[in-house]
Amino acid sequence: MEQEELIKELLKKDDKSFTLLYDNYSKSLYGVIYNLIRNTEEAEDVLQEVFVKIWKNIDSYNESKGRLYTWMLNIARNSSIDKLRSKNFNNSQKNLSADNFVHVLEDSSKTTNRIDAIGIKEFIMKLKPKCIQIIDLLFFKGYTQQEASDELEMPLGTVKTNNRNCMNELRKMIHD
Amino acid sequence: MTSKEYIESGILELYVFGKLSEAENQEVQQMMAEHPIIRQEVVAIEDAVINLSQSVAPRLSAINYEKIRNQILEKRKVIEMKSKSSWSSYVGWAAAAVLVVGFGLQFNKLNESNQVIDKLGSEKSAMQESIVDLELKKKEAETVLAIVRDNNNQAVALAGQAVSPESYAKAYYNKVTKEVYVDVAGLPTPPKGKVYQVWALKLSPLTPTSIGVLDNFTVDNTKVFKVDNAQDAEAFGITLEPAGGSVSPTLEQLYTLGKV
Repeated sequence: MEQEELIKELLKKDDKSFTLLYDNYSKSLYGVIYNLIRNTEEAEDVLQEVFVKIWKNIDSYNESKGRLYTWMLNIARNSSIDKLRSKNFNNSQKNLSADNFVHVLEDSSKTTNRIDAIGIKEFIMKLKPKCIQIIDLLFFKGYTQQEASDELEMPLGTVKTNNRNCMNELRKMIHD
Repeated sequence: MTSKEYIESGILELYVFGKLSEAENQEVQQMMAEHPIIRQEVVAIEDAVINLSQSVAPRLSAINYEKIRNQILEKRKVIEMKSKSSWSSYVGWAAAAVLVVGFGLQFNKLNESNQVIDKLGSEKSAMQESIVDLELKKKEAETVLAIVRDNNNQAVALAGQAVSPESYAKAYYNKVTKEVYVDVAGLPTPPKGKVYQVWALKLSPLTPTSIGVLDNFTVDNTKVFKVDNAQDAEAFGITLEPAGGSVSPTLEQLYTLGKV
């Protein structure tokens, strides 16, 4: 479904729109949240919180703020980071970045959804380490270009294009 | 800047990731409105990261869905109370009392429904798991059937030997590809610390070659294993060996043997 139609449906705020929202985005947002929190129970709590926020604020969303998915992604990342702070997790960015989404894949053969993850998992493992890091920082952890450039010791001007190349590689793997 | 150059700059990825300033966001939106190809690219990038993030998500059960749904849809039912003149406050209290009782009943009902939902949720996850298991079993069965059916596969019956006369096994030997499968459903479960080892034999002179150690005998349900290829084997034998296998067969522990 195109984003425009989806938004129209969501604004009705009925049972059906909730299911639509949940079916389309819960897994993805949960993946982002879990990648930051690393604890299923707490990640489930944050997911719930995120959906409540989305539902409450959907009226204030409009397309000038960016993609609907991006808007929800920001809510998910921010709520996760808040949770980490409130829990006195040691959340200096160094620690946050010590682990990346590939570790989640590697050590979660039991907890990961078996059916869906099997296919793409193998491909992701084949990404270059540099690509895994850059996608992890910019997408999953929400680093700015500057922060990613510091962390990866990569010139600021190349972060954007490196990320583009890495995303292209990922997309090729998904589609092949 | 052409739309291709714009796409290649990597700005669209950052747009989807939510890492652009407001001004940059507006610029991207303008470009999207003007160039359908840029819009397509944004959607493709979005699909890719949705795919990626889904793949790292642990399993979400139906209970999660119900919990969130309940919380969200309950929230809409807000009861508004307004202060009224004094006489109406009595009516208000009376109404409140009725409400309290009503809430109590509703709460019980809600609890009951929630329990039912939880139960249905866990039943659903259990069923989903058994579907996955059944699919795996079906795959296994299909693999075995394919081996048995293959015309190039010669079935070699391996008869029980002195140490275990009631044992039996079968080897499927593909004369063309030299592949060997063994069906060991007729062998007893090996004692702890022991494993079955499969040997391809040449008869004159008698030369055994190890073609595999069945170290996951207990785990595999089909009890059909692919072992190493065997060049011109004339017989197959299976012996019981210490874990890890042996260099040459322990003939006192020869369980089954059969000539090609």
